[in-house]
Amino acid sequence: MAAGTGSTPAIQVEGLSKAYGRTTVLDRLDLEASWSEVLVLLGPNGSGKTTLIKALATLTKPDAGQVRVCGLDAARSGAGVRRLIGVVTHEPMLYADLTAQENLRFFARMFSLDRIEERIARIAETVGMAARLGQRVGTLSHGMQKRLSIARALLHEPCLLLLDEPESGLDQEALALLEAIIKAHAAPGRAVLMSTHNLDRALALGHRMAVLSRGKVAYQESLKTTEPAAVRAAYLRYTRAAT
Amino acid sequence: MTIGRRTVRDWLVGAPLLAIIWKDILLETRTKDFLVAVLVFALIVIVVFNFAVDPTPATVGLVAPGALWISFVFGGVLGLARSFAVEKERGNMHGLLLAPVGRDTIYFGKMLASLLFMLVVEAIAFPVFAVMFNIPMSAPGFIPVALLATLGIATVGTLFSAMAVNTRAREVMLPLLFLPVALPAIVAAVESTGPALFGGANDVQWLPFLGVFDAIFLVVCSVVFSFVVED
Repeated sequence: MAAGTGSTPAIQVEGLSKAYGRTTVLDRLDLEASWSEVLVLLGPNGSGKTTLIKALATLTKPDAGQVRVCGLDAARSGAGVRRLIGVVTHEPMLYADLTAQENLRFFARMFSLDRIEERIARIAETVGMAARLGQRVGTLSHGMQKRLSIARALLHEPCLLLLDEPESGLDQEALALLEAIIKAHAAPGRAVLMSTHNLDRALALGHRMAVLSRGKVAYQESLKTTEPAAVRAAYLRYTRAAT
Repeated sequence: MTIGRRTVRDWLVGAPLLAIIWKDILLETRTKDFLVAVLVFALIVIVVFNFAVDPTPATVGLVAPGALWISFVFGGVLGLARSFAVEKERGNMHGLLLAPVGRDTIYFGKMLASLLFMLVVEAIAFPVFAVMFNIPMSAPGFIPVALLATLGIATVGTLFSAMAVNTRAREVMLPLLFLPVALPAIVAAVESTGPALFGGANDVQWLPFLGVFDAIFLVVCSVVFSFVVED
């Protein structure tokens, strides 16, 4: 089945477990995300949000369970999954001694993209970095590096965006840009999974939220049909219970 | 020539393997981390050995191969330690691992870039070595020895560099992990350098041995690499 179409969910996680040494980070976690949806992951530090995103991005191998991304089995079709996802994490994943353009060109070649310069010009315009393309990444501000990191994730036009606390370090203008990108990505054949600690942003952007606690989905609810006050109360209840 | 909608040049320039090599070359031209450190170390070793043993025509054949490969191998270890340090910084390793390519492509890209830098250092250091030890500058027999031995060192060194970068004392860990495994290649390099530079024959076929070592470790290291880089 082609990615982004049909009845297969954008993300399907069943019984996912992962431990580092004796510490269980994900404990038989089940989760689904539909197409056209922005699913927001919430939860205290250490609840497993980043590890879940890493497992979806094929950066970590689960100890047990099944992960299907855009209809593909992450364990069997890792490269296929990676072609369909764009990932933004705390780390910029950019080479400080290369220019913004050289970084984007490198990642475009890693994805064997065509019309590379055209894509770079377009994405740089989208994230407001067109004037900074010739600048070395090490000389860019943290916010500008984050914008470039978002550009890197969008360069190959992924079906699924995986964003791990993408708002950290962004100024108001960049935050508005990020929100616009997330909203635009919640379109047919596309989806977004975003982790955040900011409940207001989750309420503003998300269609659904899942609260992780001790490696499991403790609570999930539609944000469109539930009162914000009820969501807020549930969020506080489960995050406090975990800490 | 075209393949599908893309020319051969597009395939070559766009190929992920070449993209990794080109990215490392570009980074090296900016930082010069690898070349300067390795070249300075290699030249210092050659000079120190020259003064320590004061080679004569009778002793040069005994001392020179060892001195040459000590400078290349230990210099190479310094450079290989940097190879994955640059990927560890700022989460770049995750950036590489998120590309839709096999882990072996990343391994071969990094290995070939390190091989290229080591060969550049050897090409600069060898004439200095030839002058200091009074041996012929032109030694075509040494070229296959240098190529095969350096390939073996880069093959094993790239894997252990990826392993050591996640440890706290990576500068100490890399030689500890790398040298015992690379020892057969280093011994073969030293043994075959003598006849290549000064003539004579070996009892053992060291050059084919180096070829077999390289072939085995190219396969083993590229497979093991995928386990090393995943959590």
